[in-house]
Amino acid sequence: MAERRPFSVTRLPGFTAIAIITFALLYAPIATLVAFSFNGSESIAIWGGFSWRWYAIAWQNTAVQEATVRSLVIAASAAAIAGTVATLAALGTTRTRPFRGQTLIYVLVNQPLMVPEIVTAVALLIFFSGIKLATGYAGLGYLILAHSAFCVPFAYLPIRARLEGMDLSLETAACDLYADRFQTFRHVTLPLMAPGIVAGVMLAFIISLDDVVITEFVKSAGQDTLPTYMLGQLRRAVTPEVNAISTALLALTVLLLTVFFLLTRKRD
Amino acid sequence: MRPTTEATIEAGRVRRNWLLAAPALALLLVGASGPLLIVLVYSFLEPGEYSGVIWNFTPQAWFEIFLKRDIFDGTLGVADAHLTIFWRSARLSLLTTLITILLGFPTAWFIATRPQSQRALWLFLITIPFWTNLLIRTFAIMEVIRNQGVLNTLLLRAGLITEPIQILYTDTAVLIGMTYVYLPLMVLPLYAAIDRFDFRLAEAGYDLYASRLQVLRRVVLPLVRPGLIAGSILVFVPSLGAYVTPRVLGGGKNMMIGNFIELQFGQGRNWPLGAALSMLLLLIVMAALLLYVRVSSREKPHG
Repeated sequence: MAERRPFSVTRLPGFTAIAIITFALLYAPIATLVAFSFNGSESIAIWGGFSWRWYAIAWQNTAVQEATVRSLVIAASAAAIAGTVATLAALGTTRTRPFRGQTLIYVLVNQPLMVPEIVTAVALLIFFSGIKLATGYAGLGYLILAHSAFCVPFAYLPIRARLEGMDLSLETAACDLYADRFQTFRHVTLPLMAPGIVAGVMLAFIISLDDVVITEFVKSAGQDTLPTYMLGQLRRAVTPEVNAISTALLALTVLLLTVFFLLTRKRD
Repeated sequence: MRPTTEATIEAGRVRRNWLLAAPALALLLVGASGPLLIVLVYSFLEPGEYSGVIWNFTPQAWFEIFLKRDIFDGTLGVADAHLTIFWRSARLSLLTTLITILLGFPTAWFIATRPQSQRALWLFLITIPFWTNLLIRTFAIMEVIRNQGVLNTLLLRAGLITEPIQILYTDTAVLIGMTYVYLPLMVLPLYAAIDRFDFRLAEAGYDLYASRLQVLRRVVLPLVRPGLIAGSILVFVPSLGAYVTPRVLGGGKNMMIGNFIELQFGQGRNWPLGAALSMLLLLIVMAALLLYVRVSSREKPHG
């Protein structure tokens, strides 16, 4: 008789093949995009040898430079603001007896995950255009406010997860040793929750950096971020320059994610 | 010294919790939740001549979602163009959900049945595309499916086709794009559900002479149903509200609700209709989420 594989309860016919195909399908388009960003040819269809040319062109483009700086300023501000308010909110909603309104806080904090982005974008467009008319202010403040708001749940969830995994015994010990509440927070709670805060702030940063829809609706003239600039450049095909910017953004995301996973990894 | 009772300590604790949450709530009320109420109000106003609104309360915009007035004889009829867009949105979102289940379930199963030490790596491979900019992923799909793209070039070189297949700017392109973009949202909750599955139950099924298909249908699927429902909601909801993917891959013609809403605030110059459509989309999404909460809370005792 032909050799047979031992019977396995975890095996289902065809599943491994579909899984491998799925992984290939997930990565093939990204790999194509990355490969074409290094294409030396003028034409987007023909491979003209390896070259950094499009990176150099993107790097020297003042519109790209300005959009990059703007994206980084908005993402850093939004991550800092969202990280701060999310840390406070997490301290108020974890390791406590259930209290009235806790669910309401939870729903409000996670609201940006539930409402379709296009709906929030439209709402902010109407709201901010009214304020712009009334005050005459048309700066980056609107974008920073909008980004901070939708980044809150992404900062909140990892911080909350970290806090829930911390029991109160170390803080109780600090109080027993006559530390006041501020000292306990500063020297015990904060260092223990720091990995959660860093993880939350990084996720918020990535989310802000990636946003297209809300930015597209809220931005005033001349306030393109990198994603809205890239969307604006799109004609019949993606230009090699945009491929280069995409690849650079992709590399940054992978780098931040790797750090994130190392930070949140359970050490056991 | 005043006697401090249990109740006053507890009241102080609750006040402290609310104070800590207050900055986040204030930020979200100004930057996310509050403006939704303005959209609701705008949906009951009249459109201004060029943009904006005239402050006359009327349910007109809500009727306009489904009805249109004939420009010649003034009779009311069904707004076919609108219905086409709603039907496309619903159909493409459902198909996206279905295809992501067909690809995502075996993938999640594959990851969950790897040795413990390998799983984190496979999961990481799923999360990288998930966190990659949605626009970049949509551009990547465009590179593959456009007429001079990788797929058509390969098929042409292989002699399977004589001229490029037009995929870009069709509903199929939007479907491919949304499936690609939202697939990780299906795999992650399914993985969480399968990871909790006790394989001794499958073993018991096999011991009782069940076939692989019977074990899958009668033992596995009922137990991973919460993950399946969670994944379906996570894929269906953003698909229905999709804006970037249909704009890039569908071109101007193959609009979905999201693009139609934008049109009302741009060339359409009908802010109240845009507001009413936004509220309708929000209602559908909230209904789907409520359904999910009810189903998942009912199924908890089994888990």
